Amino acid sequence: MLLVLGRRLANVVPTMLAVVALVFLLFSVLPGSFISGMNEDGRSAMDPAVMERMRKEMGLDDPLLERFAKYVANTARGDLGTSFRTREPVTKMLSGRIWPSLKLVLAAMTFAILVGVTLGFLAALRPGSWIDTASMVGAISGLSLSQFWFGLMLMYLFALKLQWLPSFGYGDGGLRNLVLPAIALGVGPMALLARTTRAAVLDVLNADFVRTARSKGMSERRVVEWHVLRNALVLVITIVGLQFGSLMGQAVVVEKLFAWPGVGSLMVDSVFQRDMPTVQGCILMIVLFFLVINTLVDLAYVVIDPRIRYQ
Amino acid sequence: MTAPYAASFGSLDPHVTPRAQDDIVNKAIHRTLYNWNTAANKLELELAKSVSVSPDGLTYTYKLRDDAYFHNGRKMTADDLIFSYSRIMDSTKGYPGARYVRLIKGAVDVEKNQSKEISGLKKIDDFTLEMTITDRVDPGYYFFAGTTAILPREEVEKGNFASSPVGLGPFKFKEHIPGSRVTTERFDKFYKTGKPYLDKLEVLIMAEAAARDVAFRNKEIDTSILGPAQYVAYRADPQLSKGILEVAEMFTRAITMNHESIKPFQDKRVRQAINYAIDANLIISRLVKDKAYRATSWLPPSSAAFDKTVKPYPYDPEKAKKLLAEAGYPNGFEFELTTSQNESWGLPIVEAIIPMLARVGIKVKPKLVEVTVLTELAMKGEHQAYIGSNLTGPDSLATLRCYYSKTPRTACNYTGLKNAEFDKLLDDAAQEGDMAKRDELLKKANNLLYDEAPVWFFNYNKAVLAYQPWVRGLQANPTEITHQYPEDIWVDASSPAK
Repeated sequence: MLLVLGRRLANVVPTMLAVVALVFLLFSVLPGSFISGMNEDGRSAMDPAVMERMRKEMGLDDPLLERFAKYVANTARGDLGTSFRTREPVTKMLSGRIWPSLKLVLAAMTFAILVGVTLGFLAALRPGSWIDTASMVGAISGLSLSQFWFGLMLMYLFALKLQWLPSFGYGDGGLRNLVLPAIALGVGPMALLARTTRAAVLDVLNADFVRTARSKGMSERRVVEWHVLRNALVLVITIVGLQFGSLMGQAVVVEKLFAWPGVGSLMVDSVFQRDMPTVQGCILMIVLFFLVINTLVDLAYVVIDPRIRYQ
Repeated sequence: MTAPYAASFGSLDPHVTPRAQDDIVNKAIHRTLYNWNTAANKLELELAKSVSVSPDGLTYTYKLRDDAYFHNGRKMTADDLIFSYSRIMDSTKGYPGARYVRLIKGAVDVEKNQSKEISGLKKIDDFTLEMTITDRVDPGYYFFAGTTAILPREEVEKGNFASSPVGLGPFKFKEHIPGSRVTTERFDKFYKTGKPYLDKLEVLIMAEAAARDVAFRNKEIDTSILGPAQYVAYRADPQLSKGILEVAEMFTRAITMNHESIKPFQDKRVRQAINYAIDANLIISRLVKDKAYRATSWLPPSSAAFDKTVKPYPYDPEKAKKLLAEAGYPNGFEFELTTSQNESWGLPIVEAIIPMLARVGIKVKPKLVEVTVLTELAMKGEHQAYIGSNLTGPDSLATLRCYYSKTPRTACNYTGLKNAEFDKLLDDAAQEGDMAKRDELLKKANNLLYDEAPVWFFNYNKAVLAYQPWVRGLQANPTEITHQYPEDIWVDASSPAK
């Protein structure tokens, strides 16, 4: 297990460096800057002298390589720079956004696992039944849905028509405000998990060792619990891991729609306003989250399937 | 209230940010020397009780309020104004308000780090401030901007001011959940007796129009800004249509032609032809869904220098062709039109314009850029023409200076118009101490611009605020409708808020 962990951690540093370089260079070649962007809505006129001073203050006049080297050195020390927009440390801004994002992603994934795995499992145990058909229709619909549209529909139904839940916002951070954005975000992974679980379980149900277990007189319940579930879990966990890791990045649309104060909405705002240090900080955070989740998934394989340990 | 322009606030330190989104909250927490009186459609003193002006019009002596308290309980004095304006001119910071404070004599020296103090600011006593300015203009236009708010030195110097802002406004800061909301509470020592009426004010960030619509219909929010699509739906709804506040904001949407980069644009007849060739009324009704007022010239209707007798250019393609032929372009010409994606003054409008101009022989090549790039291109003069929204008030003189031949391109002269008569009118207006006479001169200048047609005059933004039936005291503020003075707002007994 330590070997797996070591290998994974060794990959983190070059991956992060590559991401930082890519984001930094992309933003440097894009036309427009934070300062010219302050005029974007035509509602505020910027003064040329102030613009010049801001460029100097923000180091935008320095050579690209010098800025990049400075950024990498500071990042290595845990300093992600100062936001152009708020003039506050990016680490401070991110710290206020991580918990809402994590909460949303965890809730969405919990919804996806509970509903998706259950549906997929039931569908696989009774292939061709109405449960199977209904689950797979639901799964395909879930995969095709636009998060934005589905979120609006949830708002319309549960907030406007039924008046069960608030339509938007963080509220006091409680469950009432979390439910709708979590479902909107979780419906895609839920659908994918339902399909994957069904396929994995069906595959295992037809395996030789399951037939052997049955021929030895083992009860169907024990076969499913002891042999099928555990073997199907490896594929399911892979999908859970990949989806979980990428959900933080996918949450952008849902966070904006529901006015949820997460990393995604901060990133979108910062991109539009060319607040480079904040965009870089957000992307680093999302990539780091993805890498951590994937490392945990790799470790989980070792626990679930001992064969992986020996490889 | 809702903040509709972005998914977060930039900063709660008003000196740091010039964005309209941030000023929504700043109006509740902070105060400036002047404010905009919507009912009277003019500027008025806010932090001073009276002002006297020297005969040369350059020295203003303010009798400051002696009943204005910061939220930390300390009384405001002249020192706070001096501190705030000096901070804005900090040579190491790019505070946007510097463009206004630079009006004060000696402010530039602080900006250049040649002095620690602004020589044009003199404290007579705790509640009397003498301000010497460098230009004969109304300082109200400069010191009502949110970026010039008065802040308490001791709180600013503690650091971290944006996280716990302290101001002079009617509401004191309570909580900021970045990306979600700012909550403020009634400030009992606010200097306007009996105000504010509300106990609590929450500004909720809601950048998505569709989500705002659901929340408004669900009565979760009290006010909402409407876009063109919702404006149509709300007007058609018997209930919702009763709660709509409209105002012609001080933003003029136009195609700015760069006279220096395209030769035909140097000819007034060509520019006039473009104004005749485009059916602006059709575009406003069909594409903008009537959420705009047709523009006649550069200054908006709320300006004292706006001439109500002038009619917009009519749609007359035949006249356009005739003018083009007279100018030596009977077969038209070609130019590149830079645009953003904006639904009200961007690509959809350009798509409608292309066939209209083609009908008179002018070929338009659209160039799509991100909105953040528009100003940069204009400042560098890299545009042939661009369509955008321009701040055109409330200072009519400053606004018209964008067409003054000596104004540099970087300071908003994006057309390069050269008209000696126009320049003289502006020079005379700047020297005129009598405001009524000054407005008359500016009116002439604005009408001259109509004739010169340096741009295609499209529309003045019609800002639309939807409000719930229990909300009272909202102001149709033409400087920006979301900028409400919240001390005047109250809710009646039908409000669902407990």
